[in-house]
Amino acid sequence: MNSKFSRIVVLIVLAAMLVAGCAPQATEVPSTVFKVAIVMPSSITDMAFSQSMYEGLKKVQAEMGGESAMEIAYSENMFKVPDAAAAIRDYASKGYNLVIAHGSQYGTSLQQIAPDFPKTAFAWGTSLDTFQAEGINNVFAYQAEAQEGGYVLGVVAAMMSKSNIIGETGPVDAGDAKLYIEGFQKGVLATKPDAQVSVTYTGSFSDVSLMATAAETHIAAGADMLTGSSQSVVGAIGICKDKGAFWFGTQWDQTSLAPEAVIASQVYDWTGIIKDMIASVKAGVMGGKGYTLTFKNGGLVIAYNPAITVPAEVKAAADAAIAAINDGAIAP
Amino acid sequence: MKRVLNKVFEALLPLLAVPVAFLIGAMMLLALGANPLEAYGAMIAGAFGDVSGLTQTLVKATPLLLVGLGVCIAFRGGVINIGGEGQIIVGALAATAVAVGFKEWPGLVLLPLCMLAGVLAGAMWGGVPGILKARLGVNEILSTVMMNAIAVQLSNYLLRGPMIDPKEIEAGTRIAQSALLPRSVWLARLVPQTLLHSGAIIAVVLAVVVFIFLWRTTIGYRIRAVGLNRDAAKYAGINVPFYQALSLILGGAFAGLAGAIEVMGVQHRMMENLASGYGFSGIVAALFGSLHPLGSIPASVLFGGLLVGADKMQRAVQVPSALIDTLLGLVVLLVVGSQVISRRRAHRRETRG
Amino acid sequence: MAELFTLPVLVGILYSGIRLATPYLFAAIGETFAQRSGVLNLGVEGIMLMGAFSGFYVGMKTGSPWLGLLAAAVVGILMGLLMSFISITMQAEQGISGIGLHLFGLGLSSLLFKTTMGGVESIEGFKAVRIPLLADIPYVGESLFNHNLLVYAAFLLVPLSTWVLNKTTLGLKIRAVGQNPQAADTLGVNVTRVRYFCVCLGGMLAGIAGASLSIALINLFQENMTNGMGFIAVALVYFGGWRPLGVMGGALLFSFVNAFQLWIQVKGINIPSDFAIMMPYVLTILALAFATKRAQGPAALSKPYERGEN
Repeated sequence: MNSKFSRIVVLIVLAAMLVAGCAPQATEVPSTVFKVAIVMPSSITDMAFSQSMYEGLKKVQAEMGGESAMEIAYSENMFKVPDAAAAIRDYASKGYNLVIAHGSQYGTSLQQIAPDFPKTAFAWGTSLDTFQAEGINNVFAYQAEAQEGGYVLGVVAAMMSKSNIIGETGPVDAGDAKLYIEGFQKGVLATKPDAQVSVTYTGSFSDVSLMATAAETHIAAGADMLTGSSQSVVGAIGICKDKGAFWFGTQWDQTSLAPEAVIASQVYDWTGIIKDMIASVKAGVMGGKGYTLTFKNGGLVIAYNPAITVPAEVKAAADAAIAAINDGAIAP
Repeated sequence: MKRVLNKVFEALLPLLAVPVAFLIGAMMLLALGANPLEAYGAMIAGAFGDVSGLTQTLVKATPLLLVGLGVCIAFRGGVINIGGEGQIIVGALAATAVAVGFKEWPGLVLLPLCMLAGVLAGAMWGGVPGILKARLGVNEILSTVMMNAIAVQLSNYLLRGPMIDPKEIEAGTRIAQSALLPRSVWLARLVPQTLLHSGAIIAVVLAVVVFIFLWRTTIGYRIRAVGLNRDAAKYAGINVPFYQALSLILGGAFAGLAGAIEVMGVQHRMMENLASGYGFSGIVAALFGSLHPLGSIPASVLFGGLLVGADKMQRAVQVPSALIDTLLGLVVLLVVGSQVISRRRAHRRETRG
Repeated sequence: MAELFTLPVLVGILYSGIRLATPYLFAAIGETFAQRSGVLNLGVEGIMLMGAFSGFYVGMKTGSPWLGLLAAAVVGILMGLLMSFISITMQAEQGISGIGLHLFGLGLSSLLFKTTMGGVESIEGFKAVRIPLLADIPYVGESLFNHNLLVYAAFLLVPLSTWVLNKTTLGLKIRAVGQNPQAADTLGVNVTRVRYFCVCLGGMLAGIAGASLSIALINLFQENMTNGMGFIAVALVYFGGWRPLGVMGGALLFSFVNAFQLWIQVKGINIPSDFAIMMPYVLTILALAFATKRAQGPAALSKPYERGEN
């Protein structure tokens, strides 16, 4: 009995060693490579929120001198928060210098993880809470002022619309989409108070087909200028192309999908924020800063589609709106 | 004893198909330019190799087991419950609403009340298809699919409106999530610095309860009789529609509890995508356990480990996360596909004597 | 409310509803064949995604939506073969093998998309074909007779499949195998072969359903773009009582209500958008609950058949 028991113990120990032996050894090479990891809720090819950040990182990487200077690891489609939390913790324990939690839903988890890794810097968006009030000093926060670009694009749409009917279509009436859609609406109505703005939601971030039907419905109701938010708008853009309506994009430059239909996009340019965070970390500041993407700091950019001529007075009005937002005269 | 061993062996036999799935996965990994040995090493170590991995696996296994128990009851009763997703969502919503609404109540009262709310909400969400089936003959696959979609929209509405965290409105970020649950209803952490919570124990205890319920009570016996042979059960005087509705309601109750435990133990607030996938993965976990409540315990841990390990693998070798779904799909297909072998073996054994 | 019952709105609902119903029709009629032969295939969603991707990719590379359609059909058949092998030959629990197939298709379509394309692109798919004379009918003509070919095909499939199921020897065999495989077997019908045929046919139609999104209606591919449509399609088979005409009724009801709820939002009717979005799901359940006649499903549905069992 006793020997049998010990034999089993030996077997278990051996099995455990085998399993542990399989694990890739964590190689903590103190090198000059700056290691960034990002965890995001949708895919790096979503033409929207996640892609804007991923491409931003790629751009900074290229500027810093490629993979020898900066290493990027990513986990996409982490829409389950516990999985995302595990990923964040994992990257931190593997010695990444900066771990980006690119989803507002990750906040509660990050607040629990960050104190365990004081040598790692974290970033959380979209939010403006760095948890400093809770005594945490290694979290950066960032948020896009989506309503600013929404307002400016609304001005452009109002001036270019012939029917004075404008359609907006979003996923769920909350968060970044809500900010953008409300800003756009304000921009339209400030320019043409008699214009009619209709808003639809599809209840899903990924229902491409219903988003397409929403665009169809807006156009049938007379809209000639449309906009919308989330990765599913790609469906709506195609409908605009087919029906001869025009589209305004947000989060990422959506011109490539329909060069004949997309007038302009609000593009999130995270590079400035990324560079500042990297510089801070290198200087020993691990967090505590809250960033916003605005026109003023160059984080928001209106990318016009070169294939569609936007009248000079419209562009001038858009620039005036940007200037007014920058000096506080307009608060979208 | 030998009979039991034989049975265990036959239950485990289909798992031998897992390596086949992984072999195909290895080819895909090679095609993606990753080293399969490194990838699978990271997978196993990630799921079971250390405390952090093991606790993550158990955290994942908890909702899988709870949903799986409901699936066991439903399948034993001859109905297919694919409404787990929606039932988890309403269970979580109800628990959150009670916790946030009565946050000053003592935890001793509030905590069980939250769980009860989750159970009742889930039972109601499973009850609608159950009663529609019993009374009007509406197929449960149709109604549970629809009820899933309805639950998502209900959750969207509540989380951006009545139940939104007041702080989100204050800050102007307007993220669709509820306020933080009061600490009094947070489930105790079993291992510090990890997410493992006492819900795991509840799930295991309930697995035993379900086993006793299905095999040692009259109601359980009748549910199984209905599932085994509806016509025979009917001739034996069993009210078939009633027991089918009951198995759907119980299935919903367990999924609802899974939702409540997920918010109370892991997330501490209700948010979007809370259920994502557990409703379906729970079905798979239950099947890996041969639709037996006790078999579901190791099966949930194994499947939970597979999910956790696959995520780790994605990070270790940086392959697209879509590979994980592909691999899981293969595992499921091959495991269900090879069950016939053990079934035939059991059949032969029994006919031989 | 009155502004919802104007002519442009009704015409708009008719047009959008018909387009929305197209993928459901293909997938649900395919599933009707599978279920009529006794196989429950819950993996329609995964097949649709594979069809959507392969249709799009081949369409993009060759510039021909026809070749894309062919590719989607072939891939759909292959997925159907996989499902057949697992659930007919290996007699697996069908509810679960379908979920496995769904996961497999979901993952593989995204994986292929990531490795071959890496980003969302759009193509020129099937163009709308305006049917002369018919499209000139006042009010409804444009809504009914100015669609792409796949939309027409989906609706033509309804009478065609009704005829096959009810009036041909093949249909008789399919129904026999789904109703009483033992009896069919003794009468010399090859149960396995008929079931393989039906599941593969269902797979082909599900593949085309996916392609109808990616190369005809929306003309792009994105990960998980079907977003649960495959499961709705399975539900519609029950709604339609395993008859193609009933399935069409369900698909149209669901799609018209979906188009209608968007109009509610566009017209600014004051109810929360979430409740508007719920409408098609709620009404589908209610419609079936209050329908008077209830069809009996194939008796051997989701039961594997083993020769000489009884």
